[in-house]
Amino acid sequence: MRRLRTWGPGLLLVSPSIILVGIFVYGLIGLNVQTSLAETRDRITNRITNPGGVANYLNLLGDDRYQHALWNLLVLTVVFMVGTMLFGLLWAVLLERGVTGEGAFRSIYLFPMAISFVAAGVAWRWLLSPAQGPDQAIGLNQLFLKLGMPWLQSSWWSSDSSFNMAAMAIPAIWQLSGYIMALFLAGFRGISDDQREAARVDGASEWQLYRYVLFPQVSPVALSALIILGHMSMKMFDLIYSIAGANSYTAEVPATFMWIQLFPQSNPTGAAANATVILAIVAIVVIPYLIYTNHTEKDGRA
Amino acid sequence: MTITADTLTASPVSAPRHGRRRITPMKTVQFLLLLAFACAVLIPLYVVLVTSFKGGADVSAATAWDLPHIFSTEGWSSAITRLAPALGRSLVLAISAAVLSSILGSLNGYVFAKWKFPGADIVFTAFLFGMFIPYQAVMIPLQKMLLEIQTHGFAWIDGIPKLILVHTIYGIPICTLIFRNYYATAVPTEILEAARVDGAGMLRVYWSIVLPVSIPGFVVTLIWQFTSAWNDFLFALFLTSPRNGPVTYALQELAGGQNPDYPSIMAGVLVASLPTLLVYIALGRYFISGLMSGSVK
Amino acid sequence: MRAQPLVAVAFAAALTLVGCSSGAPTASQSPSAATSAPAGGAGGDVGVFTWWADGSEKVGLEALEKLFKEKYPNDTFVNLAVAGGAGSNAKAKLAADLQNGNPPDSFQGHAGAELQDYIRADQIEPVNDVIDALGGASVFPKNLLDLLTVQGNIYSVPSNIHRANVVWANPDVLKKAGASAEPADIDAWLADMQKLKDAGVATPLSVGGTWTQLQLFETVLIADLGVDGYTQLFTAQGDWGSGGVKKAVAHYAKLLSYANTASDGDDWPGATDAVINGKAAYNVMGDWAVAQFTLKNKKDGVDYTYFPVPGTKGVFDFLADSFTLPKGAKNPGGAKDWLSLIGSPEGQKAFNLAKGSIPARTDVPSDDFPAYQKTAMASFKSDKIAPSIAHGAAVSQAWNSDMSTAISKFYRSKDQATLVTDLVAAAKKNAV
Repeated sequence: MRRLRTWGPGLLLVSPSIILVGIFVYGLIGLNVQTSLAETRDRITNRITNPGGVANYLNLLGDDRYQHALWNLLVLTVVFMVGTMLFGLLWAVLLERGVTGEGAFRSIYLFPMAISFVAAGVAWRWLLSPAQGPDQAIGLNQLFLKLGMPWLQSSWWSSDSSFNMAAMAIPAIWQLSGYIMALFLAGFRGISDDQREAARVDGASEWQLYRYVLFPQVSPVALSALIILGHMSMKMFDLIYSIAGANSYTAEVPATFMWIQLFPQSNPTGAAANATVILAIVAIVVIPYLIYTNHTEKDGRA
Repeated sequence: MTITADTLTASPVSAPRHGRRRITPMKTVQFLLLLAFACAVLIPLYVVLVTSFKGGADVSAATAWDLPHIFSTEGWSSAITRLAPALGRSLVLAISAAVLSSILGSLNGYVFAKWKFPGADIVFTAFLFGMFIPYQAVMIPLQKMLLEIQTHGFAWIDGIPKLILVHTIYGIPICTLIFRNYYATAVPTEILEAARVDGAGMLRVYWSIVLPVSIPGFVVTLIWQFTSAWNDFLFALFLTSPRNGPVTYALQELAGGQNPDYPSIMAGVLVASLPTLLVYIALGRYFISGLMSGSVK
Repeated sequence: MRAQPLVAVAFAAALTLVGCSSGAPTASQSPSAATSAPAGGAGGDVGVFTWWADGSEKVGLEALEKLFKEKYPNDTFVNLAVAGGAGSNAKAKLAADLQNGNPPDSFQGHAGAELQDYIRADQIEPVNDVIDALGGASVFPKNLLDLLTVQGNIYSVPSNIHRANVVWANPDVLKKAGASAEPADIDAWLADMQKLKDAGVATPLSVGGTWTQLQLFETVLIADLGVDGYTQLFTAQGDWGSGGVKKAVAHYAKLLSYANTASDGDDWPGATDAVINGKAAYNVMGDWAVAQFTLKNKKDGVDYTYFPVPGTKGVFDFLADSFTLPKGAKNPGGAKDWLSLIGSPEGQKAFNLAKGSIPARTDVPSDDFPAYQKTAMASFKSDKIAPSIAHGAAVSQAWNSDMSTAISKFYRSKDQATLVTDLVAAAKKNAV
């Protein structure tokens, strides 16, 4: 009884949140899975539209269109993660070394983050226009022509290449590199000056200083950054919706396809299965990460 | 990875000036590189800004890089008129959601850091997973459930109240995390023990000892939640309509009309982004530490 | 539940004979027929869901509202307009309200196949009596009514008509290249495009995003298959793998080879602008494009000309908005007052003048309408009417979405065989 009195009030205080998170996260995920397993028929023709059970998932995963969307997502995610990490780290290194106007640069790099995907998408739709050549080019292509660099022109995400979604990553990289920069910057600033000085005294070159002293210490930041970017990319919907429209096969990813299933196709069952697949992909990455951090935290305390 | 009181309060705004302050060729290259990147980052802003000041007949995709021939503020006035109601709604939404989830997060964080109950770590990890879920995975039943609630005696849970509810709930995990990590280092357990021995109850301790030192934590969660509620589009699209939804949705409508009026769309982009930009500029110092704490996300 | 014209014709004939809703096989017994409504309206609130929340459409709706107040002083109009209407919540809310038996008294929908989902779910009532009271086939074109008829019943009252098969052209550019003012068929049109290209116009035809391409494709289908062949495509007998469709696909591919490079998400005004500033000679766009020319201060006949897509002369590729009577509407009498107003000559005139579309009725005098609308009204009266794919008259939303996907895919790959395969698959999946 004595124990209960110590932790009872704590549990009581958290219980509203536990109930809310329980219902709105886990309960709804359960309902979503339930929806995804339903058997449905066309009301008029009585044709089976979803066979029900696991077959719903097999059908979805076997669908060319869905595989295309998954492939697009893979390309988008890889390019987005690599690009954002690269620019974020580069900017952080450049700023970390101290430079005139550092505050201004930092604000400029960060500013895209304050703008919602929907707002940014309006501008990027135009910037990434695929038309090329002096007569047609608009957006970035036109800018490249004006700057005398016609070879930089591209069809961007509209190109007939399996890797077209790499271009869709550009606006996302633009938006989030500043965020990653800030993370790394904070990581670098957390490292005491003594360590740098010590390394310099030992005759380490600047490269060696970064390679052996600084980078290893920001690697936890890098890991968190990768996880954040990865799961953002999985659910990226706003950006593609506002750049490519709601019905673009070319730029289709599972999140936009879900919209198509849900509304034009009136197929909530298929949409729910799709959403579960997205969740599963995220979970495969995030759960090991949560377990890992949980462990390191405990080790740290011990 | 873990956020500490240090990272929250001593934000890395003023750079520790390590290295030499001489102007070397290296420094110049560094500066020029940064300048080039800054220009590249500002390109979309340039287009948006220039287009927003053009008149209707002046707008054409082919001349979008040019400065306006005739300077017009019509786009701005029409964007402001059209977005004003939604801006007000977004403000109510972002502030309420930020405050509510911060309060819940603070209470939860306090418990998870200092008043652990059996299984608290598991519950906490379960909370954390809630932070990462793609909202698509709950959207279909969520939309349905909320419509049910709405049609069964809670008609007022529509539009902004609905979004406040949703953003508050889905904001609980991140806020809990931030506060838990903050309290773990910022509030020494010894003080709490002492207070407890003196007979103070859990809430009393929270009120008199923990809450007064919580301001940095609140700044972080408030900024974080304000921004994410403000910029959200997915929930808005699924759960509200442009008539009662936030500004992102209104902007999407403005941009997606059958006769798009580019100057007002572009002005709208800026108008809709202004509050978060202001928050960044005014509270940027805290924001970087906010991002730091978000790094746990 | 098929929107088969052949079946529909038979039923439409029966319909005009019977004349009242009670005669139609699945029509419900409505509490108050439009004909017997008391003067001044049925009374009570009339909640009307539309997506006319902006611009000219909003002005049009306001005009209707004013008229409604005058004609039916007993009723109170409740405006449930939601901007865009494409929002999921708007749709989900409507769907949920319909499912939960809490519908608005009337809601807007694209006339034609897009309403099938509601009909299938048994959520809307036939409005044969309203249509008849309005004058039936004597005031609405008969083939329009046929296209609106599903299993002998008409489920909506059309409020306004747009035309989709219009080519907008820049006469100066045409003159310079010696291209004809109005080519006779697609082949002649392609020949003119070659002339234009030789004369230095890099992209004679301008296109926008996916739906504008789908709209262009549908007009080519009409040109190559004729109205009857085209309309047949949407029935169970439709053959999307036929030689005619293949020919249209080939024509479409050739047309695209003269077109600019667009992206899926592009707006249509950009494509119309290309004609205005002479970068392109032609743009196929619905007749709402007039507004874009007017915005840029261009003069009808001088700065721009228009003609039906070559090969579709005498065909009116239509799309229409219409209003329904949901099952379980709280105020069906009031709803019918609204529907009667929507379908009345005054209502149609007031709304369409503001919106820039044309009345669905053929007995509204065209005197007060601007030049383009006058010609459209004349064509609507005399032309054969074909339903638009891109705008929901011919196909359900699901079918439309599948076709859009196929068109988006084709735009990149230019693979004609795959497009035909995809079209066949879409029809197999969605045709009823």
